[in-house]
Amino acid sequence: MPGIVGWGCHMPRYRIKVEEIAKVWGADAQAYKKGLNVQEKSVPAPDTDTITLSVTAARRAVARAGVDPAQIGACYVGSESHPYAVKPSGTTVAEALGATPECRCADLEFACKAGTEAMTVALGLVDAGYVKYALGIGADTSQGAPGDALEYTASAGAAAFVMGADKLVAECEHTYSYMTDTADFWRREHQYYPQHAGRFTGEPAYFKHVLGCARGIMAKAGLKAGDFAYCVFHQPNGKFPAAVAKDLGFKPEQWEQGLLSPLLGNTYSGSSPMGLTALLDVAKPGDRILHVSYGSGAGSDGFVFRCTDRIREVQDLAPKTRELLEGERFYLEYGEYAKFRGKIIMNVKGA
Amino acid sequence: MPSAGYTREIPQRYRLEAAKCASCGRIYYPPRLVCAACGGREFDTVKLPDTGKVVTYTVIRVGPGDFAEEVPYALGIVEMEGGVRLMAQLVDVPLDGIKTGMPVRLEFRKIYEEGKAGIICYGHKAVPA
Amino acid sequence: MRDVAVIGVGANPKWGELWGRSLRDIFVEAALAAIDDAGVDHVDGMYVGCMSSGLFTGQEHIGSLLADYLGQRHLPATRVESACASGSAAVKAAFLEVASGHGDIVLAGGVEKMTDVSGAAATYALGTAADAEYECYHGATFPGLYAMIARAHMDRYGTTPEMLAQVAVKNHDNGALNPMAQYPFKLTVDQVLKSVMVADPLHILDCSPITDGAAAAILCPLETAKKLSKKLPIKVAGVGHATDTIQLAQREDMTWLESTAKAAERAFKMAGVKIKDVDLCEVHDCFTIAELVVIESLGLVKRGEGGKATLAGRTARDGDIPVNTSGGLKAKGHPVGATGVAQVMEVVKQLRGEAGSRQIKGAKRGLTQNMGGSGGSAVVHILEVA
Repeated sequence: MPGIVGWGCHMPRYRIKVEEIAKVWGADAQAYKKGLNVQEKSVPAPDTDTITLSVTAARRAVARAGVDPAQIGACYVGSESHPYAVKPSGTTVAEALGATPECRCADLEFACKAGTEAMTVALGLVDAGYVKYALGIGADTSQGAPGDALEYTASAGAAAFVMGADKLVAECEHTYSYMTDTADFWRREHQYYPQHAGRFTGEPAYFKHVLGCARGIMAKAGLKAGDFAYCVFHQPNGKFPAAVAKDLGFKPEQWEQGLLSPLLGNTYSGSSPMGLTALLDVAKPGDRILHVSYGSGAGSDGFVFRCTDRIREVQDLAPKTRELLEGERFYLEYGEYAKFRGKIIMNVKGA
Repeated sequence: MPSAGYTREIPQRYRLEAAKCASCGRIYYPPRLVCAACGGREFDTVKLPDTGKVVTYTVIRVGPGDFAEEVPYALGIVEMEGGVRLMAQLVDVPLDGIKTGMPVRLEFRKIYEEGKAGIICYGHKAVPA
Repeated sequence: MRDVAVIGVGANPKWGELWGRSLRDIFVEAALAAIDDAGVDHVDGMYVGCMSSGLFTGQEHIGSLLADYLGQRHLPATRVESACASGSAAVKAAFLEVASGHGDIVLAGGVEKMTDVSGAAATYALGTAADAEYECYHGATFPGLYAMIARAHMDRYGTTPEMLAQVAVKNHDNGALNPMAQYPFKLTVDQVLKSVMVADPLHILDCSPITDGAAAAILCPLETAKKLSKKLPIKVAGVGHATDTIQLAQREDMTWLESTAKAAERAFKMAGVKIKDVDLCEVHDCFTIAELVVIESLGLVKRGEGGKATLAGRTARDGDIPVNTSGGLKAKGHPVGATGVAQVMEVVKQLRGEAGSRQIKGAKRGLTQNMGGSGGSAVVHILEVA
């Protein structure tokens, strides 16, 4: 049975508060904070992109996995903010780790679920016996359109998983996927910011697919909410994942540890994977975890993980997600944030 | 920078690969062909540790072309554990909070972009350890 | 090896932003001034110190170009490069040609035309004297590299920003008396410290400028100097040259300039003198901190005491160890390839008694120290009244 051998997470240290954004666009900060259950979000500095976040997260995953990077036979990065339109993020990540040249690679895109798709592919290659270890990474430095509701949450972060069939910290007991063609959120080529369909992104999009996937995998596995120690769902804000958890019969102590979005924002392809790392940081041997992602377009990937005895040995081998989330951070004003995110029109460089 | 030159430097820039003289053990980053200490011509590849301390630093307030918009930024010489020194930007730290001797860790970051259409150049910067 | 003398020196009339003068113009003006000063009617060979005519003006092959423009077609001529030490490296090359007997009258010139390109392009060109892959790649600038040296020096020896500023003040005091200087005006310590910070702790007024300029010297065998020229022959008594790592991170000691120390050692050995026998020094104050470290590395003052000595006025014109009576790079300007030759010009004028209001009375022996990059190369010449 394949599973997770090591996990790692990374996020920038910069933040911007909801109030700071609302101030510029004349919006009601308290209404946004209450409505979204988000206070602040992470902001990548100009030197931080999907590749750099992935490299640090992957290095931490390898540290916990305790494997020789040369034995990693595949590197998949799922994101909707790959630095290049053509040239994969995965090649740089694989080089930085020392996994090249015997390493399969291609980038993945499926809005916020590209990361879990990368995890699925990594598990699949291991299970099929194609590779000994494989990296599945979800990372993003997503852009929020100025003044749009999504600007309050579009943030940056990465989670990386070394998948393998031995030295497991968590077995992957079941996988599942639930996908339809649903145009709730998209970005056309050459457009700088994405578009979304407002309230249509709720019930017919997020909830339909997350609940469809969660119910599907729980039925397939013959499990109920009470059989799990933890659950983690895609976190576009602090409200939606709590709502689906309640709907499925989970209690707050099962989903609170993995809910990062109130302080982190929505890290898109990193979202539920980073939540998963926060759970793995504290899980005990035998704990079962339900992980369901969501990507607009639309679909959800589901996993049932069961932690092994080995997990305790490696939790302290790399920084923990909540330490990164709640540790030293630097708050930006909107002007610095706009500069960092390249939202300011600059002059073309002359001779 | 031109792709050929960039690709050639990847082992040094991405993985901190250095050359250790097979005769006298002195380590060179970046690698070279002749040992300046003993004249030796055989080297083994080693990786530098990613932790060290700041030896000296400055805050650049007038930056060269590709870095002009990033000012002010801190640049310093870091001595990695084991003694090898290299130059790196110092980030994730308030500029007035940098001190000679402070412990740092190297983290993979984007160094610059060749404009809007060229390649993206990566390397390491130092963050507080 | 024959003894060698300098019998002529010259420069183009004014150093600065010379929008209307090309590289060819200013070099020929300087060369003719030196030729006329010597009173010779031809030269046998020429070396042109220039850091990068290619990057600054798109022109290489300037040995040939300038020989032709000087009206000396078919002259053996070549460019010499050692970053900011190119000028003194050209003087060394000319010295060797004469000393070896290969040529009798050899012109050592230096030129840099830096204002035809944008500030960003000039910064890039200057940056090629540093390590392109491991320093410039990370956003290093020259002020930044010297600022790191300054920080290390301040940490170890307690050197202060006021000591650095005093170097600029002193050099401007001298430069104000130099008709060819780019900035012939005085400065105060307060002005320096209040000027915009370029790379902590160096302010803009701690830094030498971007300059167009040229200088030249005529060298010949000492034994025929009096026959060739009416000017008092000045003997090239010592020539010392040394290199060091380009990368600052690979230096053994960042508060010391080993290339300068070794170059000086070699020059003193050849000349058979010590630093205390030298009456004045022209040193490479590309940044104020550079002058402090150089005077320590030359042995003019004890290690760590460069700042104290400067504050005490020892390196002023009326001090016991005058440094940079020309105004230095700071006030005179720093057209990179020309600087080393202009340093020789100042010492020659001082030794001849031609330095006007900058004159050091009774000067018999002078030293020039010219260095490249952050100390990757250094050339020291010791000149004395024959």
